[in-house]
Amino acid sequence: MPDNAAAARVPAKKPSRVLTGTHFMVGDHACAEGALAAGMDFFGGYPITPSTEIAELIARRLPPLGGRFVQMEDELASIAAIIGASAAGARSFTATSGPGFSLMMENIGLAAMMEVPCVIADVQRASPSTGLPTMVGQSDILQARWGSHGDYGVIAYCPDSPQECFDLTVRAFNDADKYRVPVFILLDEVVGHMAERVVIPPAEEIPIVRRKGPNFPPGERRFLGYAPDDDMVPPMAHAGDGYKVHMTGLTHDEKGYPALTPEIHDKLVNRLVDKIRLHASEIEMHEEIALDDAETVVVSFGCTARSARHAVNEARAEGISCGLLRLITVWPFPERRIRELIERGKVKRFIVPEINLGQLRREIERLTQLPVLRLNHAGGAMLKPDAILELIRS
Amino acid sequence: MSKAAARTIQVRFGGVGGQGIVLCGRLLGKAAALFDGKDAVCTQSYGPEARGGASRSDVVVSEGRVDYPFVTEADVLVAFFQEAYVKFRSALRPGGLLIYDTALVHSVPDEANAFGLPATAIAEELGNRLAANIVMLGFLVGKTGVISREAAEEAIRATVKPRILDLNLRAFDAGYSRAQAEAAA
Repeated sequence: MPDNAAAARVPAKKPSRVLTGTHFMVGDHACAEGALAAGMDFFGGYPITPSTEIAELIARRLPPLGGRFVQMEDELASIAAIIGASAAGARSFTATSGPGFSLMMENIGLAAMMEVPCVIADVQRASPSTGLPTMVGQSDILQARWGSHGDYGVIAYCPDSPQECFDLTVRAFNDADKYRVPVFILLDEVVGHMAERVVIPPAEEIPIVRRKGPNFPPGERRFLGYAPDDDMVPPMAHAGDGYKVHMTGLTHDEKGYPALTPEIHDKLVNRLVDKIRLHASEIEMHEEIALDDAETVVVSFGCTARSARHAVNEARAEGISCGLLRLITVWPFPERRIRELIERGKVKRFIVPEINLGQLRREIERLTQLPVLRLNHAGGAMLKPDAILELIRS
Repeated sequence: MSKAAARTIQVRFGGVGGQGIVLCGRLLGKAAALFDGKDAVCTQSYGPEARGGASRSDVVVSEGRVDYPFVTEADVLVAFFQEAYVKFRSALRPGGLLIYDTALVHSVPDEANAFGLPATAIAEELGNRLAANIVMLGFLVGKTGVISREAAEEAIRATVKPRILDLNLRAFDAGYSRAQAEAAA
């Protein structure tokens, strides 16, 4: 009997949502597994290099788990679909790269304004425009913060390994629900395509935080969909739950109805910014290596931080006083920690290596008069440890 | 060789699309990271060059932590095809180990650190020439000890389909045994 006939008789194993165990996995797949482990149940996307592996894996894994995978006609539709799905109660997700991220910007503003939680993975490639589709870039950093028009708060993670792709994607879904914001996972092509050890914990050890809902049954009284609690985040009712739900990109009152006055607008937009800004200490994450006595502080993120870590460790072995501040959230930016380091008076200079022409450097420069040395490349290849080491030695 | 370098081994597999270059890299990385307690990163060439032209797969294995994920200076180059050998030979450090398939790579200078083996012919004898990549992997492991034989076999078991598992284990053994026999000779 042929092997495949024998295999067909074996009852199909029930697919598991959480692939508990130790894997050797690329970052894109770890990101997709993180989304599944976090309970993601709707994906709307349009494949684009170097993020396609995320959509591919979810297309295969999500439907048997009871979720929906929809390949949309483009990225405008993808972001609209995940906002709609989330408004109906789904944990929704899409994955893209720079060109698609640009197309999503208008509706990312809509998600921020309507406070609809959603998660967007942007696997960065060399940009602008179509750029180098298969090669690495880190140039969507400021776009993630400021890409849509107007003021609003966002959260953006920058994993430096497949393991972090998994861990931070889980966190992204939790934060999106907790703060009712769009959350970005800014991978880069190197991290997305490199295979490394990934440990996926048992399902019960993966923390799941879901959005708050109304604390009374439908029909009891009027539910105010945009009346914030003390944490500045309003509870969210879903379309179909039985509550009156109205959402609009127009400036709105607590009922969600258009209310076009300067006073209401100012209050609303300030809250959209403050609900992230005032929770920054809970959201913000970074890793430190030897910062306490460092005269030279290297600030880095994503794949570049791997080169920076190597360079800093080598330099310290040579007796040079230096340390690494690796941003895990690039937004919120770890402004307080950087101010502390500056105020302590030991730091003499910063070095900011990044695969763009100086986007993160501007954030440091606005905090200090100290020299901020740059190491930039427009994209296509990783910055090498030796180049960073040379700058540390200088 | 510096202390850090002594604890890190960089391996590059070079060939053309379809020869199983990527699988070789994944198996080596997986064996090291999951079954040998080491740190390992695997990357591969990606994009137009992967279809038709010379393709590569890089594995960096370390007792410590692998930061930079690409091969900067290969300790070992495994060449599956003439074009890949020509393209990647400059990546091999002086004194580095070259392993090549004698049927598909020619014009290799007679060097102490160059080892040719008829991997395609060996795989054909085992029943399928497509297993040549695993013969090469077995030879690499036997020659360098970069990972243990047990870890390599575990990685093969955890990765390849049951239907071709036996073939792959035999291919690995053929390459490994050949390296051991050469060492004993």
